[in-house]
Amino acid sequence: MTEREKIFTRIRDALKTQAPMPGHHDGAGKTHAISEARNAIAGAKQWLPDPGADSAEWLAQFEKLSAELKTTVHICASEADAHAKLREIAVADGWKSVAAHQHPLVSPAVAALPLPLLDTTNGYDANAMAKCDVGITACDALVAQTGSIFLTNRTGGGRALSVLPPHHVVIAHREQLVPDLPSAFELMTRIYGPANWPSMSTLITGPSRTGDIERILVLGAHGPRKLTVLLV
Amino acid sequence: MSETIAAPRAQFFQDADRITHDLEHRRRIQAAMGKYYISRYSRQALFRDWQEARQTAAETKWAALNELDKHLENFERNATARGTQVHWTSTSEQARAVIVDIIRRHNARRIVKSKVMTSEEIHLNQLLVELGYDVIESDLGEYIQQLKGEPPYHFVFPCMHLSREEISDLFENHLGTAQTHDPEELTMIARRVLRQKYIDADIGITGANFVVADTGMISITENEGNARLTAALPRVMITLVGIEKVLPKFSDLALFLPMLATAGTGQPLTGYNTMYAGPRQPDETDGPVEWHVVFLDNNRTTLLADPQQRDALHCIRCGACLNVCPIFKNVGGLSYGTTYQGPIGSVITPHFRGLQDWKHLSGASSLCGACTETCPVKIDLHHHLLHNRRNAVEEKRGFLEGMLWRGFTFLMNRPKLFSLSIKMGRIFQPLHALVKDTFLDPARAWTKSRELPEIAHESFRDYWKRRQTK
Repeated sequence: MTEREKIFTRIRDALKTQAPMPGHHDGAGKTHAISEARNAIAGAKQWLPDPGADSAEWLAQFEKLSAELKTTVHICASEADAHAKLREIAVADGWKSVAAHQHPLVSPAVAALPLPLLDTTNGYDANAMAKCDVGITACDALVAQTGSIFLTNRTGGGRALSVLPPHHVVIAHREQLVPDLPSAFELMTRIYGPANWPSMSTLITGPSRTGDIERILVLGAHGPRKLTVLLV
Repeated sequence: MSETIAAPRAQFFQDADRITHDLEHRRRIQAAMGKYYISRYSRQALFRDWQEARQTAAETKWAALNELDKHLENFERNATARGTQVHWTSTSEQARAVIVDIIRRHNARRIVKSKVMTSEEIHLNQLLVELGYDVIESDLGEYIQQLKGEPPYHFVFPCMHLSREEISDLFENHLGTAQTHDPEELTMIARRVLRQKYIDADIGITGANFVVADTGMISITENEGNARLTAALPRVMITLVGIEKVLPKFSDLALFLPMLATAGTGQPLTGYNTMYAGPRQPDETDGPVEWHVVFLDNNRTTLLADPQQRDALHCIRCGACLNVCPIFKNVGGLSYGTTYQGPIGSVITPHFRGLQDWKHLSGASSLCGACTETCPVKIDLHHHLLHNRRNAVEEKRGFLEGMLWRGFTFLMNRPKLFSLSIKMGRIFQPLHALVKDTFLDPARAWTKSRELPEIAHESFRDYWKRRQTK
């Protein structure tokens, strides 16, 4: 018998005796099925924090949480406005080089910057990327409920671009803002399911942070110290 | 390792006694936990219904475990279809052998790890260091504990017991950096050291918070970005995970991720929640070329076979039960001598490492139930402490304890003898003060921290008799 078979045999033997349902004692609730109202996605929709009723409220919630999380959000009137904002940040922070990937939202913005570009689309050198001042990416969704950015290695230029450089800039469309986590997971499943999943998807909630030293918040533990969202 | 297993009970009592009297330790832990309470309970209050969310999370985990075999097979099928290599190990030895074998096949030297509690369980670091590999913990707290040569103090906040001064000394001694008492500067020192380690590493080792069956994904929760870098830059990635971590559906994460963050640290979501669905795919620009997922049983099936305590496998390792536990806050995390501290550690360690050697942890509880109340997946923690006590006695009755109970029964069944012993007690009790706190006191283990109330001058029976005869 292989180790795998031994483990599965032990599991099946153990499961011959049913455990009582949570919140019930022995003898009650001895069923395998949990009610429809109790499935996690429906539950999450009803019971998680309220993201607001319409897109204006979602945006307000996203901005409020972003401020708490120390994510900078700029609402831009147009793509040209976003490009101007990016140039402004580049000058203010003294960027010398940028890393980005090819994407309809990202490429024109990067082209408008008079700076050397590391394009990650067809592979890159990690040491070179670590020296870049910023990583610029697109994303799949923004989540109002938690102030998060949902991106994958397809919309984020790989696994490292959004986490290795010290500043991560996300360029997103306003329509990409979803109210809550269940909507975000449903959206991701619509885009990539059932069999086209990128090898990495991540929910980014604020810049990299740690509280390991005396529970005092420090930004930029290993990942970006700054996180900026340009919302077009 | 053999010494630590030799006398876990003696070690626990000795360390617990020392730490309980350390007022600086108490001040530090209370200050840290004070911050936790504020953020956690204010975040929890934003839930429209936290109790319903808990019940749903508990039932989802319960249903997941009811069909654990099916979900694991499902995960394996979906993961291998995308090129992930899945390994199954029953024991620590097997898990270590599988991991060392992967490392050897790649002629790797440098290994970077993100937080993996299961690797503490199998003592992986010790082995890899003995074999001459360059192994580095990348989570800041774990890195500090690695430099200190100490296991994590708390499985979510590994170095919460250290002051910034102690951390500064540690960095000065090991890295030769200048003294600084600014947490930000200390964090930046670690950032600089570790940054190059990710880029140079041949192998990245991670843990997992959830195993998602229907998509064949592993979900990793972190704040620092160290796990993301560990999973992005090295050529080979290894994920070590307990078999109980399954969630049936991808969408279940929509409930579990915010609950984990709220209960763990009081955040809306933790900084990075990353779902991995395979090694680097043909059209992708980076990521490991090989990904190995190593499943570990290590007696989890023993716990699964106990339907009464099976729900302890629901645990999502948020650490909330440690944060609210009066015992944890007084004895400190290191006193436990276990991978998992606090109430959940006291419940599961006897199943993983032997009931008789670890039953004392279930005794170290006031049974206040704060752990059960705070648990986001409704594990009946404080009742399980009682179950462990009961099981330990049923399995092996102590001779002395048995004698005491028989003596007690004998006495209680003989009213005349009982009455006589009360009268004797009244005479001898004042004499006890002479021997209290000395080795002559036969009950010193009990009286060391307690006062026996004075025996009444008149028993109720005597009072009743006197009243009747008036």
